[in-house]
Amino acid sequence: MALTPADVARLAELARIRLTEDELSALAPQLDVILDAVAGVAEVASADVPLTSHAVPLTNVFRPDVVGPSLAAEAVLAAAPAAEDGRFRVPRILGEEQ
Amino acid sequence: MSVELYDFDQAMAEFDPVLGLEVHVELNTVSKMFCSCANVFGGEPNTRTCPVCLGLPGSLPVVNAKAIESAIRIGLALNCEIAPWCRFARKNYFYPDMTKDFQTSQYDEPIAFNGWVEIDVDGEPFRIEIERAHMEEDAGKSVHVGLSGRIGDADYSLLDYNRAGTPLVEIVTKPITGTGAKAPAVAKAYVAFLRDLMLALGVSDVRMEQGSLRCDANVSLMPKGATQFGLRTETKNVNSLRSIEAALHYEIRRQAALLAGGGKVHQETRHWHEEGHTTPGRSKETAEDYRYFPEPDLVPVAPSPEWIAELRETLPELPDRKRKRLKAEWGFADQEFADIVNAGALDLIEATVAAGASPAAGRKWWLTELARRANEAGCELAELAITPAQVAELQALVEAGTLNDKLARQVIDGVLAGEGSPSDVVTGRGLAVVSDDSALAAAVERAIAANPEVAERIRSGKVQAVGALIGAVMQEMRGQADAAKVRELVLATLS
Repeated sequence: MALTPADVARLAELARIRLTEDELSALAPQLDVILDAVAGVAEVASADVPLTSHAVPLTNVFRPDVVGPSLAAEAVLAAAPAAEDGRFRVPRILGEEQ
Repeated sequence: MSVELYDFDQAMAEFDPVLGLEVHVELNTVSKMFCSCANVFGGEPNTRTCPVCLGLPGSLPVVNAKAIESAIRIGLALNCEIAPWCRFARKNYFYPDMTKDFQTSQYDEPIAFNGWVEIDVDGEPFRIEIERAHMEEDAGKSVHVGLSGRIGDADYSLLDYNRAGTPLVEIVTKPITGTGAKAPAVAKAYVAFLRDLMLALGVSDVRMEQGSLRCDANVSLMPKGATQFGLRTETKNVNSLRSIEAALHYEIRRQAALLAGGGKVHQETRHWHEEGHTTPGRSKETAEDYRYFPEPDLVPVAPSPEWIAELRETLPELPDRKRKRLKAEWGFADQEFADIVNAGALDLIEATVAAGASPAAGRKWWLTELARRANEAGCELAELAITPAQVAELQALVEAGTLNDKLARQVIDGVLAGEGSPSDVVTGRGLAVVSDDSALAAAVERAIAANPEVAERIRSGKVQAVGALIGAVMQEMRGQADAAKVRELVLATLS
């Protein structure tokens, strides 16, 4: 596979993880090892084996359109790190609009 | 901040616009997409959430059957193919409007794809190709607290997750070319078309002001005659039909000024402001940024051909076909028919005609007297407290000679005031035209006796003077006489 530190930097950016140059260089070969291990699956899977995303062969599991109880707002907000005005309070959202 | 804008006509002389429209439709299911929390607009914040729509660990989503049905019916109405097998996908992003840090959506396996619709702009048909219609869930609502209430200079934000998990269908067009200067009007007409379609299907409230129908408008420009599309912008926050037209008009002028000045358009999301301009938002993410992958917690959806056929049977006559049919059946001129559609009177007149009135009579009552009442009351025609059947009954009373137009208006007063059907009002208020000839004849005699000079003028041939006597008779009969009949009687008596 041979991931470059630049590839790792891109992945880190997508995951919003800040990494130093040293970490990028150190992680690239480690991620390579993981990818190589997964690539082994591709050797075994021939064209007649369908891609699998679900472990059970089920389709069309639905629920009827019926309203059930919701949680009390106080209980919901009790789990929030911060709340104000009945709402979750979150830090300033960056990088969305100038 | 000053933005250079090109003259619109000049822009259209030099460039061809390419549109792409993404319309989000909130479905009107009673419960949310993946959990049983109520799906209603507004309300106290965070009162309609549960472990599933809050994405709490260990919770598992289950798909709302009605939402799938609605999505398939929308797909069929858009002339789409329905996927025999498709999955949900996680769209990962860093934004607090979903606590899960992803939105459950569909990626490369939309439930409906490859459709088309034909819309009409000032009598000119445009075929809009539909790329896909896919299912997803809506996000929560944020309030930005700070100087301007805008996200950019906010100190912090507040989140309400009542809306999180509301079922959505996103309808995406293929690039729309060949519209020229009509691009903004085509976009507006397309969204209006979708709104009418969703109403006819009964799958959404489609209230743009409440966000249950939202449009993101993509537009790019390319030099006239070119085939390579330019870089596009996507304008969000366009919350009315008028805004769609205005926002595209603005973006075309802005982009043309950039390109004509030798600059480049930045591919980005822009934000529409009702005062009439757009401002840049985030640079547009690529699909890669979202790290889509199949949702492991939801099994695939595989609608059988039988189920799809069953749902196809439930489709109502779609608005565009209905309009074409009724226009042909009723025989109105283009403008007369357009007035009916614009007044929202199509279904009302159709029902009035079904109840026995002629199309012309239906049009007359709904577009004049009743339109005036609706206007005065500040409501839609359909909200008036009179039914199409009652309007047809009113017209039948006029045609039978029981009512003249003046009395008919009083009957409408009565019906709107809750006095019952037109017949009830006629009886209750004693409004019927007097058709008793002897009573009329007596009134005519009295009018002649009271106006000897007028009578003399008519006898000597000045027939136009008859108006004064008709007026006198009508006054005595309290308007409850047929003016034509009175005229006939007066002239006969004096001849």
